[in-house]
Formats: sequence, C-alpha cells, structure tokens
Amino acid sequence: MTTTDRPHDDGPAPATGPDDDVPFGRVAPSVNPRHFGIDPGEPWPEDVPRDQDDSHWRYENDPRGARRAELRVAFCWTLTVLASIGLAWVYVAGGQTQVEGTLWAVAFLGLGVGFILWARDLLPGTEVTASRGHHDVSPEQDRQAVAESLARGVEPMARRPFLAKMLGAVGGVFGLAAIFPLASLGPRPHGGLYHTKWGKGTRAVTEDGTPVRPTDIPVNGILTVFPEGNLDDALSPTVLINVGNEPFKVPPNRNGWNIGGLVAFSKICTHAGCPASLYNVQTHQLICPCHQSTFDVLSDCNPVFGPASRSLPQLPLTTDSSGYVVSQSDYTQPVGPGFWNRR
Amino acid sequence: MSTTQDRAAAAKRYTVEKKALDTVDERFGSSKFLTSVLDKIFPDHWSFMVGEIAMDSLIILIVTGIYLALFYIPSSKDVIYAPTSGHVYAPLVGQHMSEAYQSVINLSFNVRAGLVIRQAHHWAALIFLAAVLFHMCRIFFTGAFRKPREVNWIIGLTLWMVVMLEGFTGYSLPDDLLSGTGIRVIYSIVEGIPLVGTWLAYALWGGTYPGPTIIPRLFVIHEFLFPLLIIGLLTAHLMILWRQKHTDFPGPGKTEHNIRGSRIWPQYALKAGGLFMIVSGITFGLAGLIQINPVWLYGAYNPFTVSAGSQSDWYLAWVDGALRLWPHWEFRSFGHEIANPVFPGLLIPGLVVTIMYVWPWIDKRVYSDYGVHNLLDRPRDKPFRTGVGVAAIVFFTDLTFATATDLLANNTHIGFERLIEILQVGALVGPIIGFLIAYKACQALQRTGSHPIQRPVGGIIIRTAEGAYHTLAEHHGAGHHGNGHGEGNGHRPDARGNGRADTAGETPATVGTTDEPGTAGD
Repeated sequence: MTTTDRPHDDGPAPATGPDDDVPFGRVAPSVNPRHFGIDPGEPWPEDVPRDQDDSHWRYENDPRGARRAELRVAFCWTLTVLASIGLAWVYVAGGQTQVEGTLWAVAFLGLGVGFILWARDLLPGTEVTASRGHHDVSPEQDRQAVAESLARGVEPMARRPFLAKMLGAVGGVFGLAAIFPLASLGPRPHGGLYHTKWGKGTRAVTEDGTPVRPTDIPVNGILTVFPEGNLDDALSPTVLINVGNEPFKVPPNRNGWNIGGLVAFSKICTHAGCPASLYNVQTHQLICPCHQSTFDVLSDCNPVFGPASRSLPQLPLTTDSSGYVVSQSDYTQPVGPGFWNRR
Repeated sequence: MSTTQDRAAAAKRYTVEKKALDTVDERFGSSKFLTSVLDKIFPDHWSFMVGEIAMDSLIILIVTGIYLALFYIPSSKDVIYAPTSGHVYAPLVGQHMSEAYQSVINLSFNVRAGLVIRQAHHWAALIFLAAVLFHMCRIFFTGAFRKPREVNWIIGLTLWMVVMLEGFTGYSLPDDLLSGTGIRVIYSIVEGIPLVGTWLAYALWGGTYPGPTIIPRLFVIHEFLFPLLIIGLLTAHLMILWRQKHTDFPGPGKTEHNIRGSRIWPQYALKAGGLFMIVSGITFGLAGLIQINPVWLYGAYNPFTVSAGSQSDWYLAWVDGALRLWPHWEFRSFGHEIANPVFPGLLIPGLVVTIMYVWPWIDKRVYSDYGVHNLLDRPRDKPFRTGVGVAAIVFFTDLTFATATDLLANNTHIGFERLIEILQVGALVGPIIGFLIAYKACQALQRTGSHPIQRPVGGIIIRTAEGAYHTLAEHHGAGHHGNGHGEGNGHRPDARGNGRADTAGETPATVGTTDEPGTAGD
C-alpha cells in the first residue's frame, strides 16, 4: 500500500456539479498535464511512494543546523521547567495572580513553541498528495444493498397499517404523559405576575427599612422605596418623585393618587423589567439604563422614547396617621414587562 | 551517517513498537484503522487553524471549569459577607449577597490560584467564541458548506448557538449585579412568549422573578446540559470532518478528487499539540495580566439597582442591541398580548439563524450548483455570496454597537436618542450598502488579480501527437469562478451574481480548447 487514501478500484468519478471537469474532459489524452503542475481532475493515481515523501526535513543534510535546532527546542523546554519551578514556589509562597498567570503562560508557550520548532525543523513533513477516495458516493450496488436491507423490515411492517397508525397514537399519548414531570419544575403561574406586595396602607420604606415622610424628598428629588417588610420582592420597587409645582397630567380616575408634587411609579421597566433608575431632572424623564426606554414623569410616565410601549404603572399614595407615605392599594395593573395573559 | 549501532537501535525500537501494536491488534484488529489515522492527510492553510483554536479553548474551558465547579456554590440563599479568615474583600464586608456570589468572591480572593483559573476560564470562553465566529466566516465565505458538507454546517451553527448560551449561563452564575440584570432581561423575553411564556418562566425560575431556583438550574445547564451537547455535537462535527476530509483552496496539482497536505504523524500532530500549548499560554497570560469580569466591583445582585452602561458580553451583544433598536411595538388584542421583547429577542435571532441554517440550499439555488465541492471558492469569485456575508456582518456589527449606545453617547457627545435612530437606520440600510460595496469590490478584484493557479495557464500550449493544439486550462479558475478566464462562463445559467458576462468579454481568450469553438471568451 502506498497511500493511505487508496482510490476506489472501480473508480468512477463521483457525482459532481455541473461545473466540474468541463474543460478537461476535452483535453487530448496523450497529454500528461501533471508535468506542468496542473491536474486534470482525474482520480489521483497511487504514485506517491511512502518512503519518499516521509524522508525530508529541514536540516536533513545539515547536522550542525539540526544540532542548533535541537538546542532551540531544548531552550524552550528549559523555560518551561524554570516556569514550573517558579509556579510551585509562588503557590507555596501564597499565590499571586499576575505572577501565576505569567508563569503559566511561559510554561505553556515554552512547551508549545518547542513542539512546533521540533516539528518544523527536525521531523519529516513533506506535502503528500493522495486521492480523496470516493467517500461521498458509494457504488450503485452498495446503495441497492442497503435499500434492500431496509425494505426487508419496512415491507412486512407496512402490511400492518393498523399497527403503524396505532404506534403513532401510542407514542403521542405516552409522550404527553412523559412530559408531565416537567410541570414539577415550577409552580403554576397564577396571580404572581398581577400583584405586588403593596396594599392598602402599606408603608413605603427605604432600602434600610426607614419609613418615608413626604417632606423627606426635596423638589426634583427621587427615592426608591419598597413595601414595608418586603424589601426583596422584585416586582415591588417603586420610585417616589417630587415634581414640585410642575403641572403633571394623570388620567382623571387617578386624581388624589399624589401627595402634592409627590408621585409614585413602578420602578420595573415595562419593556424588559430592568429598574428604570436614571432620572433626568431637567426633562423630568425616567430612563431605563438597559435599553434606554424613556418615560415622561409629568405625563403619566408615558413612554416617549425607546422600546417600551406602556407607561410605568402608578402607585396611589396617601399618608397614614403618623404622616408617613403609604399606598392606598396595590398597583391597579400588572407591573413590568408584558406577557400573554396580561390584563 | 547512520552507524551500525544506530541501525541496531532503530531495529530494536521498531521491534518494541511492533510488539506493542501487535498486542493491540490481537484485541481490536486495529492495524488498518491506526494506519489510516497516522497517515491521515490535512491540508495546510493558516485559516484552517482557527477551528483548531476553538477546540483548544474548549479543552481549556473544560479543565478550568471542572476546577471552578469544585469551589462554586450554586445557591441563591441570602448570606452576609463576613469572612473570618484568609483574604477579605473589605468593601463587601457586611453586605447581603447570595451564597453563589459569596463563593465566587471567596474563589477569587481566598482560593490560591483561584482567580487566575477563573480569569483563564473567562478568557478562554471569549477566545472560544471569537474563534468560532471566525471559523464560521471562513466556512461561509469560501463555500465550504457546499455539498457534501451541509450537515456539518448545520451542526456547526447549532454549536455556535449552544456555545453562546453556554457563555451567557456561565456569565450569569456569579450572580453579580451585571449578570443579574442579564437574567432579568431573559426572564422578560421568556415571559413574553405567547401562550407558554409564563409557564416556561415559572418552570425555569420557580416563580416570579428572581425566583428561588434559577441559580442552581443555571449551574446544571452550564455544567452538565450544555457541555454534554457541545461535546456531543463537536464529536459529530469532527467525525464528519474526518470522514469527508478537509476542504482545500485550489492550487497547483489540487483537484476535487485529491487532497494535499501533511500527514498527521508526526509533524502535524506535534504542531497541533504545540498550538494547543500556545493557545493555553496566551489564555493564561491574559488571565494573569488582564483583569476580566471583576465581579467584586459590580457588587451583589439586587433587583432594584442597575448600573448605567450595563451590557452583555460581546458575543450576545447583538441580541441586546436588537432589544434596544426594536421600535416600541406590542400587540394587544382579544385580551392577549405579545410583548415587545419577544420580537427582537426571539423573532429576529430566529429569522437570522433560520436563514443561516438554510443557506447551503439557498446557495445551491442561487448558483444552480448542486454538485460536490472539495475545493474552496475564493470569496471574490462569488460576489453574491460574499455580499450576503458582508451584509450579515454589517447587520451584526450594527446591533452590537447598539448595545453600547449609552457608552457611545458619552464618548461622542451625540444624544443616545439620535444614536439609536442612526443605528436603526443602519440596521436596515447598512447591510444593503455592505452588500453592494462587497459585490462591486469582488468584481473589481476579479479583474485585477489573477488566480494563484492561473500563472502557468495561457503560456502553455500543447501539441499532441496527432498534431492538434491545446491550451492547457487550469481546473478551477474556469467554470464556477466566473473570473473571465474560463470558457465563456458568462453564458452559464449559474452566473447570477457571479461576475456575469461583463468579465467574459474583457479578458482575452487565454484559455480554451480548440475543439470548443465559439465559446472561448466571446
């Protein structure tokens, strides 16, 4: 055997595209174009003797050069040894990220460059040409053989069409039953997305649990508040904004939801649920840093720019008997991003 | 120079090798197979190395990932950072955080060599994705996806998507402020899916956001499910490559039916091993010297805080960019709603990926070429395909820039609103412009440069024994390359987007056969 990839003995050219071989089918047969470094596209004969193509390397006839190449590899690997010793020492001494990384790098690079120099300079690596073989296409009799083998089973099965149909139904029913355990992954979604932890008379508290008085927020001030006792509920964060004497528009059914200039809106962006936490005082706009949805606080927190299409829900505010800011009720619509059954 | 001693030693070594192989063969009958492995030929081209780099990075990822998994605690349990011994990261002391985040802080500061391995893991992931993307481009622009390699193109695309999600899940595990924001956006996209969205979100997260289960589940997905998929798909990818043999660029002596290159053993194997070491060396050099994802600076995640300038890792940035550019449309009727993030977050990526999946078949139609190809195209010789590829790159780049509108706005002093509008227009118009420029550039390049294997062509005229004259045509410039040197390829039906007839008339009939009158270069 002279090449690994022996051409098929029966050697018909594989099915090729319409472009292949067009000019060459017409080249006169007496010409051997390979002598010009041009291949006619015929299957490559086994004319590459193994011994020959395995026998050349860079310093084959230059013992001094080979010796130098050997020393170069040895030098690279010495670096690896030194870096390894260094690594062990750094580790024992307590570790240091930069030094560790550098030494790992030196150790790996020394090893790798050494390998490549060895391969390039001291190992045989002549270009070899071989046939691709005809793996793309099997001979017709092989194709027929496999089709017949398949038919051996398909034919008798097809004689029982009832069973075949029933198998489909059985698969469907059983498959359906088999996905039931997936429902255990999480609770049934009901309610959770429609409600937050705000309710009638829930105090608004800051991140550290302190209740808030309307006067705590200066004009143009903004404060993130949470329903008392539920600081970590992800749908409840709310922003209190004092717009001062600026005229602000709300639908008529929301009169009385503000305390003077103090209004409260959900902090959860109606686009993708990020906290809309940047407040532009000059334009009275809330901006979500994730995707730049912009809401006009003076106009019911309507979206005025960016991908959000719904306004931020407003939380009805009032004060309790101690003068702290409380909610009149929960949000009257689901907060945050949209979903199929959002009402 | 070989002495008797040398020869004796060689003979002895051979005996030992032979005996060892015999031992194996007696059990597995493996000699023929092993010969084919050692003698396997791989063509040499620098661009073929990039797929190898991807594979090398994957090995680094698996090894470093196993190490990290030994220290990471997948738990969203709320803890207060109060380490009693070892290195303490003072700014976080006393703060609430999840146990997962705390374990990453400990891994970074309290586990010797932990930080360098964590950063190596992150850098390797970035190198992996960069290599995968480059590899994809190489395959696309050179037509390596054509028959018989369509299946491997599909497997490769699937790998790309799984690898992107693997990257995202890995980046989410530390549960820091930045990654938590990413999970929030994903929840919103999932929640918005018509009919099943809320069920899916509840199943994955265990309830409303943030839910009790997402961190442990991400851990299983990142460390078990996706790696299993990646390793399985990659194995199939490589087995198919092995079976079909690597493609190669056209060149002297290369045909559709032969393969040129060096054998695996010994030179190629040592070079490949060396490349793995070098990729590892660069990864660890970066890991040691260039900080990446310093989660202790971002702080622990909480659902009511987000930093300005939050954006995803670059390989997923195009999806986040799409979320920013998509107009404020939502569909509400019959008491139901299709939420906005579904369109840019699922529909756009889905469409783009579908086009990529079916591209081999679109390509066949475009070029009316259903044949087998083992030799690669030069991109310039297929202006239409190259144009489409460039259009896709422009599109992805535009979306990637969109994910940084806030940072760009700060740096360029253009309002972010204006930037978003520019990029919205860019996402629609940019690909068309990119296509046209690439198309024209390809045509111009076809006219200027001669094909590397055409150098001998035109100068060689053969007189046969019968006295007929033949000009030797090279094999591949002709026909499907459409660079005007073939025998009148301008007439072919497949010349659509292929230089068309305009090149055929400009080039003298240097190539052609005498028995083909009237077709050469007219």
